[in-house]
Amino acid sequence: MTEVVFEIEGVKKVITFLNRKAPYGTIYALEVLESVLITAAFEQHANIVFVDDGVYQIKKGQDTAALEMKNFLPTYGIIEMEKEDADEDEDMDMNWRIIVEKESMEARGLTADDFKIDVEVLSSAELAEVLETSDAVIGG
Amino acid sequence: MAAYNVNGNDIEHDEEGYITDVSQWNMDLAQIIADAEGLDMTDEHWAVVNFLREYYNEYQIAPAVRVLVKAIKKQFGPEKGSNKYLYELFPYGPAKQACKVAGLPKPTGCV
Repeated sequence: MTEVVFEIEGVKKVITFLNRKAPYGTIYALEVLESVLITAAFEQHANIVFVDDGVYQIKKGQDTAALEMKNFLPTYGIIEMEKEDADEDEDMDMNWRIIVEKESMEARGLTADDFKIDVEVLSSAELAEVLETSDAVIGG
Repeated sequence: MAAYNVNGNDIEHDEEGYITDVSQWNMDLAQIIADAEGLDMTDEHWAVVNFLREYYNEYQIAPAVRVLVKAIKKQFGPEKGSNKYLYELFPYGPAKQACKVAGLPKPTGCV
């Protein structure tokens, strides 16, 4: 049997997570969120992007009781915490950006104040630049 | 379902000893679970348990071990800020055993 060895020492990539779907109804949002948290464990650079209905994932004041599903809105706070932690810790080489696409946000009547976590609002054109400079884009 | 008896109240737990309702946790219960696990609870044990509870209350999931190590390092100094030290406190693993004492659901992930 061939032994599989993962060489991760010194590997540093820019991974963009593209959240495009509403938080409940499909498993995409939760799965991407878990992937983002794993990215922190490996100290990789990440852009966590919310576009289309994905902007609803971080909207404040969600109530999932009627869905009989766990409300995982608070868990997005970890992304903000990990980002701040990495920004403050000089020994850590991990650059994270939390981005909301302006057009998606405005089309849904939302502003940056409607979100549970601090975000950068970028235009579609500016977001294209972010995608262009990523090593990998993971859609969800 | 099996239950812990705490001061006359039954608190249900699953087959592995994790309580099923996080909100029913209290320190007396934690002590009972710790005794059952054979843990001699020190200030450091309680610090881990309290950190897990605060983190869970805020984010609704258990922290990554890496995050826990960092928090303990901040509170007790670099010599205690290691995965090894956490295993000395909780020989069956900080994630599984400490979460059980803290009343959190059994962790599903490995990070």
